Amino acid sequence: MYDLKALYEAQSVQDAVRLRLEHPEAQILAGGTDVLVQMREGKRAGKELISIYGLDELRGVSIDGEENIRIGSLTSFSHITRDPVIQKYINVLGEAVDMVGGPQIRNAGTIGGNTCNGVTSADSASTLFAWDAVVELTGEKGVRRLPIQEFYISAGKVDICPDEIQTAILLPKASYENCFGHYIKYAMRSAMDIATTGCSVNVVLSGDKKTIERARIAYGVAGPVPMRAAHAEEAAQGRPASQETADAFAAAVLEDIHPRDSWRASKAFREHIAVELAKRGLMESIRLAGGELA
Amino acid sequence: MSIQYKLVRCNINGRDVEQMVDVRASLTDMLRNDFRLTSVKKGCEVGECGACNVIIDGECFNSCLYLAAWADGKRIRTLESLMGPGGELSDIQQAFIDEAAIQCGFCTPGFIMTAVEILESGKEYTDDELRKLLSGHLCRCTGYENILRAVKKTMYKRLGREM
Amino acid sequence: MSKSVGRSMIRVDAFDKAAGRAQYTDDLCGRNALVTRLVHSTIAHGMVQSIDTAEAEKVPGVVKIFTCFDVPDIPFPTAGHPWSTDPHHQDVADRLLLNRHVRYYGDEVAVVVAEDEVAAARAARLVKVEYEELPFVLDVQKAMEPDAPQLHEAYPGNVLAHTTIRNGDYETASKEPGLLKVEGWYDTPTVQHCHIENHVCTASMEGGRIMVTSSTQIPHIVRRVCGQALGIPWGKVRIVKPYIGGGFGNKQDALYEPLCAWLTTQLGGRLVKIDCQREETFVSNRVRHAIRTHIISWVRPDGTFAARKIECFSNQGAYASHGHGIVAKGMGAFPQLYPCPNVEGDAWTVFTNKPAAGAMRGYGIPQAMWAGESHLDDVARALGRDPVEYRRQVVMPKGYVDGFSKNENYYDTFRQVMDKGMEAIGYAEKRKRYENQTGPVRRGVGMALFWYNTAVWPISLESSSCRMVLNQDGSVQVQAGETEIGQGCDTAYAQMAADAIGIPFEDVHIVSTQDTDVTPFGTGAYASRQTYIGGFSLRQTGELLKERILKYAVELTRQMRENLDLVDGKIVRTTDGRALMTLGELATEALYSLEHSQHITAESTYQIKNNAYSFGCTFAEVEVDIPMCQVKLLNIVNVHDCGTLINPALAEAQVHGGMSMGIGYGLSEQLLFDEKTGKPLNNNLLDYKLSTFMDHPHLQALFVENPEPTSPYGTKALGEPPACSPAPAIRNAVLQATGVAVNNAPMTPHVLFPAFREAGLL
Repeated sequence: MYDLKALYEAQSVQDAVRLRLEHPEAQILAGGTDVLVQMREGKRAGKELISIYGLDELRGVSIDGEENIRIGSLTSFSHITRDPVIQKYINVLGEAVDMVGGPQIRNAGTIGGNTCNGVTSADSASTLFAWDAVVELTGEKGVRRLPIQEFYISAGKVDICPDEIQTAILLPKASYENCFGHYIKYAMRSAMDIATTGCSVNVVLSGDKKTIERARIAYGVAGPVPMRAAHAEEAAQGRPASQETADAFAAAVLEDIHPRDSWRASKAFREHIAVELAKRGLMESIRLAGGELA
Repeated sequence: MSIQYKLVRCNINGRDVEQMVDVRASLTDMLRNDFRLTSVKKGCEVGECGACNVIIDGECFNSCLYLAAWADGKRIRTLESLMGPGGELSDIQQAFIDEAAIQCGFCTPGFIMTAVEILESGKEYTDDELRKLLSGHLCRCTGYENILRAVKKTMYKRLGREM
Repeated sequence: MSKSVGRSMIRVDAFDKAAGRAQYTDDLCGRNALVTRLVHSTIAHGMVQSIDTAEAEKVPGVVKIFTCFDVPDIPFPTAGHPWSTDPHHQDVADRLLLNRHVRYYGDEVAVVVAEDEVAAARAARLVKVEYEELPFVLDVQKAMEPDAPQLHEAYPGNVLAHTTIRNGDYETASKEPGLLKVEGWYDTPTVQHCHIENHVCTASMEGGRIMVTSSTQIPHIVRRVCGQALGIPWGKVRIVKPYIGGGFGNKQDALYEPLCAWLTTQLGGRLVKIDCQREETFVSNRVRHAIRTHIISWVRPDGTFAARKIECFSNQGAYASHGHGIVAKGMGAFPQLYPCPNVEGDAWTVFTNKPAAGAMRGYGIPQAMWAGESHLDDVARALGRDPVEYRRQVVMPKGYVDGFSKNENYYDTFRQVMDKGMEAIGYAEKRKRYENQTGPVRRGVGMALFWYNTAVWPISLESSSCRMVLNQDGSVQVQAGETEIGQGCDTAYAQMAADAIGIPFEDVHIVSTQDTDVTPFGTGAYASRQTYIGGFSLRQTGELLKERILKYAVELTRQMRENLDLVDGKIVRTTDGRALMTLGELATEALYSLEHSQHITAESTYQIKNNAYSFGCTFAEVEVDIPMCQVKLLNIVNVHDCGTLINPALAEAQVHGGMSMGIGYGLSEQLLFDEKTGKPLNNNLLDYKLSTFMDHPHLQALFVENPEPTSPYGTKALGEPPACSPAPAIRNAVLQATGVAVNNAPMTPHVLFPAFREAGLL
């Protein structure tokens, strides 16, 4: 039994917006795998909940009129992994969310919930950052879109207005076209774990596969929110697809990231692992893009 | 403070039921308390151990993290559903027995329900794939070894092959 | 004559468990039960000054709140040890039902009783506790310092116990010229049992007596402890133990049964339930003792030991529970496993402001093997010897007898299990192949032995009682005081009983539930004792029942007793082998006879004054990704000599589980505490890294079956031994792979990172 004050079940997105306005103190509930856990811990005990879990219109992956990949916010991790559009254009996202918790959690947990709780360790977040995802929010006045980097404000805090719910995550064509990426979750065990550090890298190679035209890299747990490593990206941009580039790329991440000491891991250890993950992530991305390390 | 209730209509183990539930209840609470389906076990109540796992519309969920109110309109299956009308066990239950995959038995119902989802996919999986598919359950007695053997054996049997 | 023993019979409880209808404590609890929520201390050490329950009591649904100011002032012991009638050997009585003097973060100070769990949880959060804070100490050696915070008045200096070994003359022997000195400090972590069913108990009153249903390994002991804690005659308490979802030693303690029993007396005998949350299980039940060990070996160039020294510092946590027994058992292995004429040993068990440590699978031996077997590889390395070949030279020889326990190493078990393990993992070939590797990813193979002794004689009582009742159809109910906790003892008992009586396995109805009102006395599941110990009374009682059956058969068949036998459920005339009647026919006649009606039953107690060694080893192969600071276990093999296997399939399954626990011990499991507050940091199944399905390779379990001469069935310990040697075997494999000797378990990336840096690998 959960210590909740009241449960409001939204019947549609519009209904959810109305409920948001009517119950400003209420917490939005999607798949429940985070919010209900916190409620049991007592952190959100006694709160009202607006469940949007029943909104099937927010489920599924498609390509919209602007050729964006559109992922409904309530699409579960397991459905993302199995989706043919994801597998074709951004398989790394399917792989990343296939490392969340265990199978039952991946059936329940949603990508919207994973991003809206604003935690840095979310397995989807680093890949969404690294692929310049756009968050779609729907409120009283309609739809608002913003880059995922702006969506995250601080640890546990995201940019959702009091009348809004997140309705989709979009990946623009310019981001996914010819792009190949790899995610490495560094954790203490192989399942049922949260990332000590998560690193998602992707590249676009030149036609001859010898040059890195674009490299992007993002981390989870390298700071209070997921983050890109701009210096590293610069270090690889336009450079040959080589071991040397991978080393320079990896070394440069230390200019961007600022992990902290906690009981979960020391700063020094996180930095060491972040560099190693960047290197391995870039090398694997190059391989996936059809390149060979010179 | 008055308690909020919701009338939930769902299908549990093949039977259409209606139940007035306290909206604070988890599906674990509903299945154990209202329907006495005590194969659904409580081990952590935060989705980490898998002991409360049930199948909802063909997919496995930890029922501890699933509101009873969400069960409305759903088809829910617990371990109790697997036994045939004459009391015969399903092949996967029998395999758990034959392969000594059961010790204290507390994680067993959850594991078997995940095995059911795996087997009903009709696919063939490697050992590593099976390990991943079964990784949402913790067991302290078996080291998972004989559970893997039981699932694998049943998978091959259903595929008409020898292990 | 053996028909059931030695065969892989299907577990007697398997069908009910596979069908999901096996009933555990919470499944049996009535819907009308009042529920509870404990209020735990939020400081590591201090005195409760006052508790304000006013706000909490206003929560709708709250029935009553009891605080540490309400409970009887009767300190009681909790350890699941047999009672001793000698006051000097009794367990330490050092806690109350709720405590004013709180000694760890998580100590119980109050309990809320409510109609529903939301009300209980909400009220528990509203209970306001004022403390006078006292300084606290978490580290075992710091707790021994002169100015350390003091936990228990009766134990100044925080030392619960200190025992020694003084064999020969260590000081003189260590001065022999030409000796090599190998020294190391080895640390093991605080870990938890993590049975999937949390401890849960319910209590109510019937006829002026208290009835408790509990997830426990030790119903008869819990009955005694409840009586002690409440200050009432022990017969006023009845404990029922249904199926339990694992125990591993945590439930070899009286946990919340005494409090639950007391609560029902305060609530007019109403049914009340204490259901631990997982977070509570980690902190407020019991944990494994973290033990720090210092070993010095003085070794001659030929590998023989001139002198050895061991010091063990065992972190007891806040309350005595099983206390010094754990480290004493661990240190006891030291002079035996690798005999040396000059040994000096000291073991201290020390109170700290951590959760109370109790029994856990292996009872001090996993800690001792981590230290001793890691050290032995360090010695082999210092000598430039292969670890297996070196162990062959120095390990306990065949024929070794321990003067205290009178245990004898009847066979050359250690060398046999090493041979089998080496072959299974391909040791010789891999050991050679993995020499002199370079590069970021390297492999290694390593091994460790373990020493274990079965049961608790001669330190404590060992006895077993059994009752057998013949039914009309010739089947027999068998009851024993020992408990099924998942390990499969019900099945092993049915097999042994069938053979002792002379009936088919299927005709034995083992009564799984223990009910202290009905079940013969037995001390329960611990010390890997039950198959060994239970075997004695099963055999004795079976023979007694058989004798009564055959005596009655003499009346019915007019045959001489000496010419009759009971074979496979039939009365057989041995002179010609003819089956004269079935046992069912005899039993029906005996019960309903108008001439001589008799309900044929048998009951007996056997006191065991023997003990048995149970030895084995682990071989492990690892791959170490040095830059990632990660160890991947590629292969692992355990080899055991637990005597004759009663049920090979269940024995193998037991070994798998123990190996799994040992793998976690070596690589990932550790309960962490905030140094500044004493607060547990990872007391949940997400942050505490219990191995998942994906963290294990194939687990291989092998056996050497040397029948134990003292056992009527040739059997000895198997429950705990499998958890004793995997961790050091993995450590020694990492040593081969990287050249880095890791002395702190678990070997997590956080431990490997600085170790690899220091070694220049990173």
